[in-house]
Amino acid sequence: MSLFDLNLLEIQAKLQGKELKVTDLVDQSFARIQDVEPKVRAFLTLDEENARAAAEQLDKQLASGGAASPIFGLPIGIKDNMVTEGLTTTCASKFLSNYNPIYDATVVSKLKAAHTVTIGKLNMDEFAMGGSNENSAFHPSYNPWNTEYVPGGSSGGSAAAVAAGEVYFALGSDTGGSIRQPAAYCGIVGLKPTYGLVSRYGLVAFASSLDQIGPLTKNVEDSAYLLQAIAGHDPKDSTSAQVDIPDYLKALTGDVKGLRIGVPKEYMGKGVDPAVKDKVLEALKVLESLGATWEEVTLPHSEYAVAAYYLLASSEASSNLARFDGIRYGVRSDNARNLLDVYNMSRSEGFGPEVKRRIMLGTYALSSGYYDAYYLKAQQVRTLIKQDFDQVFEKYDIIIGPTAPTPAFKIGEQSGDPLTMYLNDILTIPVSLAGIPAISVPCGFVGGLPVGLQMIGKALDEATLLRVAHAFEQHTDHHKQRPQL
Amino acid sequence: MSITKSDVEHVAKLARLELSDAEKEQFTEQLNAILKYAEQLDALNTEHVAPTSHAMPMVNVMREDVAAPSLPIDKVMLNAPDEEDGQFKVPAVLE
Repeated sequence: MSLFDLNLLEIQAKLQGKELKVTDLVDQSFARIQDVEPKVRAFLTLDEENARAAAEQLDKQLASGGAASPIFGLPIGIKDNMVTEGLTTTCASKFLSNYNPIYDATVVSKLKAAHTVTIGKLNMDEFAMGGSNENSAFHPSYNPWNTEYVPGGSSGGSAAAVAAGEVYFALGSDTGGSIRQPAAYCGIVGLKPTYGLVSRYGLVAFASSLDQIGPLTKNVEDSAYLLQAIAGHDPKDSTSAQVDIPDYLKALTGDVKGLRIGVPKEYMGKGVDPAVKDKVLEALKVLESLGATWEEVTLPHSEYAVAAYYLLASSEASSNLARFDGIRYGVRSDNARNLLDVYNMSRSEGFGPEVKRRIMLGTYALSSGYYDAYYLKAQQVRTLIKQDFDQVFEKYDIIIGPTAPTPAFKIGEQSGDPLTMYLNDILTIPVSLAGIPAISVPCGFVGGLPVGLQMIGKALDEATLLRVAHAFEQHTDHHKQRPQL
Repeated sequence: MSITKSDVEHVAKLARLELSDAEKEQFTEQLNAILKYAEQLDALNTEHVAPTSHAMPMVNVMREDVAAPSLPIDKVMLNAPDEEDGQFKVPAVLE
């Protein structure tokens, strides 16, 4: 049995009781990586030497004074778009293949303070642009449930590593669904917090008005513990929310009596696999049996979300990625003879096709004469989408639907057509535009592949999301299934 | 509205990207498909709708104007593709 099949409280009890050492947990990670990584390929960089040294240090601390954090000693993987001092951070791009950060992202500092052990950096779609991990400049990752299928994206490496038992848990980032969709495809729990709940300092920016860091874990309890460790205002990110952070663990009461659930008809209709819809209906029955009620609701502007999102996210990306100029860091083209060459050639040689496509789309949408027609229009539609959610939340506590319209697709199946690929995010993007939190939890299997249930909450009401997700989990065993690798 | 190859060339120039002929052809086709998809937004009347640039309500965030230490130059230079005397070095701007 894997040590990672123990739950967090059991592990902490064993550490305190001297039945288990942090070095055992880290050994477990690297042994499992040795076994399954050739099939899953979740990692871009392993940090074995430092991880083992950190584990020994933590064991000394444990022997002398105990564990000061509920996630003490747990092996974690970090998506490779969060900077880690002294540990290569590439964003899965050739452009940053040699980038060695000189500081830690705030989330990484917080994890260090909470005494987790960083095992390595996880694969992703280049600059978080994509939903399959096929856009990594280095190699794809593979779905642990069936390695002919994608793990989802862009946090595909994070989801695959957790599902495959290579790390205890992981951090990902979500701009249009990049935590929730891979969590759904890999059969784990993925939480996108409210925009601003978690500091973005040190997260390489893709679309700054949408990007948010969150936990990928095997169960809801772990998600609450990891969120607790990373949430909170950060003076280094002035868009981070100045709010008191509640005790998320206290929210896990198991009580959903009287909960009012809205189920958007747009999330259960055209384009959604009927087998996926059935799993969602089964999940709603479980919640009903616990005293919740649900009704059909409408989010009438949902169908416009993908178009608005790709204009807005690409516009922000075209601006954010202007910083990659080949002057201060990153790979400078060897062929550059003058300054303009440095920009043009370094960027053209360093960026992959999807990144170039989105920079082109965003630059076009922001260019003179088109701004009103595309960028401004998309911002107005964003307002309408946000209002849809506000209206539903006047009457309902939570919104529930599928996370993705289908289970994972085969590697290569959609890579030729960017638009088809974009439509996988049709159920996660509206939430991102509204800036509200959502969690994906496993709710069954279709054709041997996991299906994710998406629960959407009011802004800053992660506590309700975690409570409902946890109650659902207590009465189902989908989250206990493990892939055979 | 549809995008031509010369539009793609213009946008690439603005974005500081150097595209091959094959990339220009491919992006012309793909950007047209994406923008055609985006045309559905025109079906919505947004005349009196305020734009949302940021999902959470927020006003300007100010701090005291106090000097604080910057990152040390020797560390910053560790990632520089080319440097001299603690400064980033680039090829000639003017030929």
